[in-house]
Amino acid sequence: MTARRPAPGDVPTFRVVRRSPYAYGDLPWLQALDPPGGPPAVRVGSLDELMQRDARREEDGFPRKIRIGKLVKPARGGQKVVVVPTTVEEKLLHDNSISDSQEGGGGSGGSGEGDEGEVIGEQPVRPEEGEGDGQGPGQGEGAEHELESNAYDLGRILTEQFNLPNLEEKGRRRSLTRYTYDLTDRNRGFGQLLDKKATLRRIIQTNIALGRIDPRREMDPTGFLIAPRDRVYRVLSRERDFESQAVVFFLRDYSGSMGGKPTELVVSQHVLIYSWLLYQYGGLVETRFILHDTEAKEVEDFYTYHNSQVAGGTKVASAFRLMNEIVREENLQQDYNIYAFYGTDGDDWDTEGKETLPQIEEALRYVARAGVSITERSFGARRESEVEKYLEASGLLESHARNLRLDVMPDGADEARIIEGIRVLTAP
Amino acid sequence: MQLIDQHAKAIMEGCKERARDAGLRFEDESLEYVVTNRDMIELSPKIMIPTLYDYWVHDVEVLQGKGRYELYPHNPYETVINTRPAISYYNDNNPDWLNVMIFYHVLGHIDFFQNNLYYRHTWDDDFAGRALADKRAIAKLRSEHGRWVDYVIEFARGMDNLVDFHGLVSDEHRPPHGPWSTRLDWYLDVFLQEEKQVRVSEYVQEVERYNQCVRDHGEDDAEEAYFADVVRRYPEFQAMYEKARTEHAPNDLRDIMRFVLEHSPFLERDENAWMRQIVQIVRETSLYFQPQIRTKIMNEGWASYWHETLFMQDDRIGGHEVDFARVNAAVTSMPRVGLNPYALGMRLFYFIEEAANKGRYSHKFLALLDQHQRREFDTHTGVGREFIFAVRENLNDYLFTSTFIEQDFVDRHELFVADKVLDEQRMVWQWYVKSRNADDYKQMVHDQLYHPPHVTIDPGRTKGGALALVHHFEGKPLVRDYIANTLLGIEYLWGGPVTLETTDVGDVQPSESPDQTPEVTWQRVRYTMRDRKLKREEI
Repeated sequence: MTARRPAPGDVPTFRVVRRSPYAYGDLPWLQALDPPGGPPAVRVGSLDELMQRDARREEDGFPRKIRIGKLVKPARGGQKVVVVPTTVEEKLLHDNSISDSQEGGGGSGGSGEGDEGEVIGEQPVRPEEGEGDGQGPGQGEGAEHELESNAYDLGRILTEQFNLPNLEEKGRRRSLTRYTYDLTDRNRGFGQLLDKKATLRRIIQTNIALGRIDPRREMDPTGFLIAPRDRVYRVLSRERDFESQAVVFFLRDYSGSMGGKPTELVVSQHVLIYSWLLYQYGGLVETRFILHDTEAKEVEDFYTYHNSQVAGGTKVASAFRLMNEIVREENLQQDYNIYAFYGTDGDDWDTEGKETLPQIEEALRYVARAGVSITERSFGARRESEVEKYLEASGLLESHARNLRLDVMPDGADEARIIEGIRVLTAP
Repeated sequence: MQLIDQHAKAIMEGCKERARDAGLRFEDESLEYVVTNRDMIELSPKIMIPTLYDYWVHDVEVLQGKGRYELYPHNPYETVINTRPAISYYNDNNPDWLNVMIFYHVLGHIDFFQNNLYYRHTWDDDFAGRALADKRAIAKLRSEHGRWVDYVIEFARGMDNLVDFHGLVSDEHRPPHGPWSTRLDWYLDVFLQEEKQVRVSEYVQEVERYNQCVRDHGEDDAEEAYFADVVRRYPEFQAMYEKARTEHAPNDLRDIMRFVLEHSPFLERDENAWMRQIVQIVRETSLYFQPQIRTKIMNEGWASYWHETLFMQDDRIGGHEVDFARVNAAVTSMPRVGLNPYALGMRLFYFIEEAANKGRYSHKFLALLDQHQRREFDTHTGVGREFIFAVRENLNDYLFTSTFIEQDFVDRHELFVADKVLDEQRMVWQWYVKSRNADDYKQMVHDQLYHPPHVTIDPGRTKGGALALVHHFEGKPLVRDYIANTLLGIEYLWGGPVTLETTDVGDVQPSESPDQTPEVTWQRVRYTMRDRKLKREEI
């Protein structure tokens, strides 16, 4: 049975479709009691403690179980998004993903009017911000977020515990910062230039402490005692020049085929890269986020980037085209080192890359590094995905070995593999 | 957590009287608590059981999404828990009339917990108390064995969906065994039927011959005389019977967890006795929750039926009919798309009551073919109430929906199976009416019911220290990512290699065009977990 398609506008729009009977519970449903608010992080010990537990597992000969870098929205208030450790309890379970994400695979209950075959409503494939439920990547409600402080923590853990390369140790070939020297630092006791105002302030503090100033009477500076350390000097120091920066483009496929594992992997990897960069460069990195299916769009923050999910077709070219446009229009290559990380499952309707390759080539003219990660479907015979095939065939990987890297990971990859992938993508 | 105030408690007691008068049966005592958001943070990971054992995963945000309800088949936001006395939770600021409605709903659940036979194994003790004892036992073990306790909990929970709940329920209700021996059972049930595959007439003859022996020789000596003849006819019988006796009973092979618990060479060692205790706790906790997920539609339907019926009859809440109607409609309305267990279950109970009142569950009605006569059929039996009480006592969701969802029901409530297609141009899913056929609707409901994979022990391959599991394929493969760690856990608890025979996606023919669904071919495979390394081979 196929659907008869009425003219658009005739049918109502469904925002949320609750399909399983088990999605209903008494407290929220009957009593309108909200699921607990506050990030679950309030329940856990410190992140370090958990990482320690996880490291212990490895010593004991069991695989790590805690995954990091996932975002969770607290239900109430909706003001924060935090990075929290997550885990899953593995059991032998039926895998519904084969049929569920496809047409005709789901099947749900319904009631009301309508003949067989009649379309009764539509649900946007690209959920607008603030819709949808669930907490995994590709799902979630939009909200303001405070990702940075947590991401910084995560970056630190990655760098320290997983030994990701430390960019600054690689020399400053592509250093993101320039330094200038100026008399900006202060030093007490000696130095190059006396800061009179600051010195006077210290002298008065000292004398108040010594009880030599009586607020009821006129102040008499001649009676002040001056300690050697009250003298404040300006000294020459190295300053970071904020003009020189890097901009990192995160691009990912969010088409239908990306459902589930591929999205999770790509997004995890990008969260990790993002966190790591944040830690490495202390906020000196600008980030831009681009999602694409058959068309590309820029989204404003990592959160939206992380949580969006659709079910359309795939045209890889669109993402690179949009990036090229942004770079061109904003003239970014003049002031920035540009990095691009692209994640996909390798599907492309443009099977030979006729549209995509020229866009990538254009991008290679300005990027300092483009890292392409492909999550490969692990079931079935190993079959090179389209993107992988045409990238290999194009010879770009060899001719631009310095600024184009490809990493193909199986869709069963674990966190260690993802981090290994980051090494491949970012290695000098 | 704080008990509700005396005023609200008085209302609850009034509800209990009225519910009892209407025929509901439950124990006198119940505990009602007010929960705050803070309480919920602590309670929901413990599935609302305040005394559940501590486990670190409860404290970490658990990844949701894939197989959410299959992984965690218990609802973390339940209002009532099946303890003795039953404990229920309330929002702080519910107005009285709303509390009356919720109290009736809660009493519906308590009645269901305490009368539905799938809960039989939870009737004899208080789970809150048992959980507390378990929690203490685990805390004590943790002080002795440290983090290894958490590993054992983890590994045990990895297979806590592979318990033979139905076997347990059926044992609870099995009539006591008669004076005859298991040898006779085996001869008649297995040997004749499965080994010899005798014709029905021969089989009946054999049964009759036994009865004759009882008449001739008396109850005590009947078997001796009977088997004297059997052995003459089938010289191999005795040997086969002895062999079968040493093999595992089929019941044994369905419950992976119990099998590991009882037969694991690793757990048998004295120094590992403490692990057995943990596995036992995890298993019993799982079994305690099993009936809940298998009666979700019935349980919510039953509670909704009663909160609606009893609220409308309650003389204390006059003036709040409209408020009630608004809340009740929100809770029990049929969604345009989706499966609301409250709505579906409640409508089914009403439908069954009416049909039973009209005498439609009778041969006479079923034999009628004429549409008009069927519509008008009414024998005024007046047993509808009684009938639905029997339904609530004896069925679970599967039987409830497969027995009572029929075309008349689907038509009356304008139910249909909905499905979606992708509109590429406009990037929307279009939901459409796929079928209004009762059988399709029933199938759709069944597809959504909780159903863990059917995994059994393969007794032939379970030898030499190895454990062999077989997954009986039912059209869906297992979540592949989870196989490694699950088997790793079972290997640890078994103390030897573990194999799992299952079916994987062999190959997917990519769709030619975006409109087509890819074609999937299946491949039978065997996973072997040995020394914490997973190997996969096709068979």
